[in-house]
Amino acid sequence: MARKILTEHINVPGIETFEVYRKQGGYAAVEKAIKTMSSEEVVEEAKKSGIRGRGGAGFPMGMKWGFLAKPEGVPRYLVCNADESEPGTFKDHHLMKSIPHLLIEGMIVSSYALGANKSFIYVRGELMYVIRILEKAIEEAKANGFLGKNILGSGYDLELVVQPGGGAYICGEETALLESLEGKRGNPRNKPPFPAVKGLYQSPTVVNNVESIANMPWVINNGGDAYAAIGIGRSTGTKLISASGHIQKPGVYEIELGLSVDEFLNSDEYCGGIRKGHYLKALVAGGSSVPILPAHLITKTAAGEDRLMSYESLSDGGFATGTMLGSGGFIVFDETACIVRNTWNFSRFYHHESCGQCSPCREGTGWMEKVLHRIEHGHGSLHDIDLLVDVAKKIEGNTICPLGDAAAWPIASAIRHFREEFEWHINSPKEATQPGAVFMGAVLA
Amino acid sequence: MTETPNPVAFTPERLAKVKEVIARYPEGRQKSALLPVLHIAQEQWGWVSSEVMDHVAEILSIEPVEVYEVASFYTMYHLDPVGKHVIEYCRTGPCCLMGGEEIYDYLKQKLGIQAGQTTADGLFTIKEVECLAACGWGPVFQIREQFYMNLTRERVDEIIEELSK
Repeated sequence: MARKILTEHINVPGIETFEVYRKQGGYAAVEKAIKTMSSEEVVEEAKKSGIRGRGGAGFPMGMKWGFLAKPEGVPRYLVCNADESEPGTFKDHHLMKSIPHLLIEGMIVSSYALGANKSFIYVRGELMYVIRILEKAIEEAKANGFLGKNILGSGYDLELVVQPGGGAYICGEETALLESLEGKRGNPRNKPPFPAVKGLYQSPTVVNNVESIANMPWVINNGGDAYAAIGIGRSTGTKLISASGHIQKPGVYEIELGLSVDEFLNSDEYCGGIRKGHYLKALVAGGSSVPILPAHLITKTAAGEDRLMSYESLSDGGFATGTMLGSGGFIVFDETACIVRNTWNFSRFYHHESCGQCSPCREGTGWMEKVLHRIEHGHGSLHDIDLLVDVAKKIEGNTICPLGDAAAWPIASAIRHFREEFEWHINSPKEATQPGAVFMGAVLA
Repeated sequence: MTETPNPVAFTPERLAKVKEVIARYPEGRQKSALLPVLHIAQEQWGWVSSEVMDHVAEILSIEPVEVYEVASFYTMYHLDPVGKHVIEYCRTGPCCLMGGEEIYDYLKQKLGIQAGQTTADGLFTIKEVECLAACGWGPVFQIREQFYMNLTRERVDEIIEELSK
């Protein structure tokens, strides 16, 4: 069995309760950090761990913490991003509902490191039942002296607030999340200033993903160096992968970074291979926003090396032949999947979720959805393919938040790798619009 | 399908909850309570009418427009009356790979309504939503706080029958 940091105790009966979590060694990191370490020493361990943001961007967490401004007399905030909404991603949902105290413990040590006395967990509103689980865990931690005033007699105070969202993908973007937490529409802010200087209520703020924070108890207990020893190169530690689509065993798996894509996809410990009687056509490795890859670029890179589950290996070849680890939303397509239909589906998602602030994204996502809709429904022209590429290019990099890029990449990559399938929809609309009709040419290429 | 009464008032339990939520934020930052308070309002009335939004604005000492612009931005708030059970059906890619579109067609056909409509008996409303972060267990829909996963035609029949009682 591979090493587990986050999910080692996840199947222990009653692990959602304080009592059982504590028996499994829970809250030892809070004791260690608060009683024996300075906040700077905790930050130092996070830096040494090399852990990179698990929400999708992959920015080193310790470095992000290091940017936090600390002006005198101004409160600082830690906000946990639990607005998990990236299609194909359901790891934070699984972690929070199964082992809520792990996140609470991570929030306590991380808040202590940053000198925050009030911290927030912003959970997407659809997960109201998870919010209730977290609130119960917070009550238990408080009753046992790990939260509230004067934690473990140290003089350190911390209050944790769970905030529900209202159903908006854009609030996963950290500045939109802060706007939402202030009771406003989720419109991303212009940067700079960055949240580390002016975040929640114009005060210095760190926003971290659930999984990133949940790693901190292990990092404190075992040391940042021990964490950095796991994984491969600059992809340190483990990663939760949400596996969905045409596989034998969909679910959430914790892997050591550097595992081969082939083993993750085909071994019985993980996805268990493609559905019986079918074969692999395409893969979205890191949530709907990252480029889709065709079968021949999934387990091997263009250079013929084994493709690994790591930030570097998945992006090997750039966007021409690679993709990104992203949020770890691993969506598998077998030969029955229609790439055009899926691309239209994703384009509708981004159009629906665009906040409307920047014209390239607001208008561009709408046009891309319209054009893809007409290709999928047999009314496209060959010129439409180039039009899509052109619109995608004009959105990318021209918006104040990454939603524009996230909307452009899946479309550009689908056309890059599956152009023949788009052309077939356009040239043979009668065949292509038959129920269940699937282009069989691309998979043989 | 109830109209909200005028004047609008939270039940004593919910008003206590609202006050507790407002107290979570630093002084002067009570607007942060807006999203949670709108959820509490929707829990009470099933949807948020303009009267309810005005009432929320008054409680939070903010302008009514600050509530309208937020309630209309976030998709979870129903700005029109809805049925007793709102079926929020995931229409996004991973669920569709698992047969989500076929099950969705079956559900619409079974209830005789389209997205955004409510059955004549006022029991069910269908609302299309984007990814619910449950992709490994698709197809998925949600009714209030409950997730219904790995949907099949048979499972849809059971759920509708159960909720029709």
